[in-house]
Amino acid sequence: MDEVSRGTMRLKTGLAEMLKGGVIMDVTDETQARIAEEAGAVAVMALERVPADIRRDGGVARMSDPERIGRIQEAVSIPVMAKCRIGHFAEAQVLESLGVDYIDESEVLTPADEAHHIDKFAFRVPFVCGCRDLGEALRRIGEGAAMLRTKGEAGTGNIVEAVRHMRAVVAGIRRLQVLGPEELMAEAKLLGAPYELVRLVAADGKLPVPNFAAGGIATPSDASLMMQLGAEAVFVGSGIFKSSDPAKRGKAIVRATTHFRDPKIVAEVSRGLGDAMHGIETSKIPESEMMQTRGW
Amino acid sequence: MRVGVLALQGDFEAHLRVLEAEGVPAIDVRRTAGLRGLDGLVLPGAESTTLLNLMRDEPWFDELRRFHAGGGAFLATCAGAILVSRKVRSPEQPSLGLLDATIERNGYGRQVDSFEAEVEVPAVGGAVRAAFIRAPRFRALGKRVEVLGRVAGEPVLVREGRVLAMTFHPELAGDGRLHRLFLEQAGESRRERERDEDERRAVAS
Repeated sequence: MDEVSRGTMRLKTGLAEMLKGGVIMDVTDETQARIAEEAGAVAVMALERVPADIRRDGGVARMSDPERIGRIQEAVSIPVMAKCRIGHFAEAQVLESLGVDYIDESEVLTPADEAHHIDKFAFRVPFVCGCRDLGEALRRIGEGAAMLRTKGEAGTGNIVEAVRHMRAVVAGIRRLQVLGPEELMAEAKLLGAPYELVRLVAADGKLPVPNFAAGGIATPSDASLMMQLGAEAVFVGSGIFKSSDPAKRGKAIVRATTHFRDPKIVAEVSRGLGDAMHGIETSKIPESEMMQTRGW
Repeated sequence: MRVGVLALQGDFEAHLRVLEAEGVPAIDVRRTAGLRGLDGLVLPGAESTTLLNLMRDEPWFDELRRFHAGGGAFLATCAGAILVSRKVRSPEQPSLGLLDATIERNGYGRQVDSFEAEVEVPAVGGAVRAAFIRAPRFRALGKRVEVLGRVAGEPVLVREGRVLAMTFHPELAGDGRLHRLFLEQAGESRRERERDEDERRAVAS
């Protein structure tokens, strides 16, 4: 073979570029994976339990069984992602060796390190990480994340936290654009973010990696809302397989994501979808059970 | 000249940026009605199963074949190349059949096998930095298909008539030279159509 390079940032963010305008769906087995692919998912996230069940069951949530991931990889031709615990680089190494296409270093699982995230540059496989504001987004990019997503509050079916997080990231970017060059160092300090990345975002007016929405998306309108707020694709966790008709809802959310600016289409696909997941009012969740506060 | 980028899903924005930089702002096409009046269409990188799924909502296959038959030019990258090929493998799936080729999806493996390489393209006068991302692989090409670039001896950039197809992503490196080749073809298509119309008008009068 000619001179080739692998695991470059262009290849890592490049795969995220290919997923833009699409829906990534959480699945727990090969049957769900096939339903997701048939509904038009651009990728699936292979999980042991969807976030709503992790929240209900409690206990320590870990990386999925490699056998489960392998069966899902066999079942579909679209990319397969999987989650590892925050800071658990050994789980990430295992996922990379399984040939997973993207790793989500996720607050949905129980964190393994209370101070450090994974050095994502050390891997050939790309990583996606959650964020609640611009500072957190830039820290994750500084560690090598090739895609970001809002954290939202997973497993609630409640969009309010994802909206807060997307607005915070976008507002943070806008703010950088009106600051003078001499103000950027103080702003970097305030954000707790790498100075070079702060300068880059101030100059470009956008993040250097794609930014997707996640955490609470349950309806086609939720997907349209997040896309209009600036998300470039959406993750749907519990929202599909905790609803009464996953195949139909999945297909509807896929269409609403493509045609997010066309309310007629969003209305059309929203007809007769059956029950959405029941959902949880986030203000009723005790602070200790919030997933979004995990990560540093 | 007017060109569009199919924007159902995938890296259509990267293509829009490259075309803008080439001085030809393109429109994003999300409905078949958007094809009207275009001289060329970019089929971007995406997940091909998702594209096919979304294309079921309108008669996209008929409209795209009609667009091709009516003189429209195509630039097809990665999933786009899968879409235009005559035969698709692993798994088999429907395709437009505008390019006489057999193509295998994920021909190099999973994301960890994705790679970047230099592709020599004499038609644009040098090497193109190419990102192959979960890329497909041409397994057979018809006699009328011209090979414009290879990696390790295998064809990765081909042309048949007005269809320019590649298994990699020049748009991710912001390289507009292959887009320029496509724009030349789209411009040629436009001139031919205008000539035909002039002749028709002359005959009619």
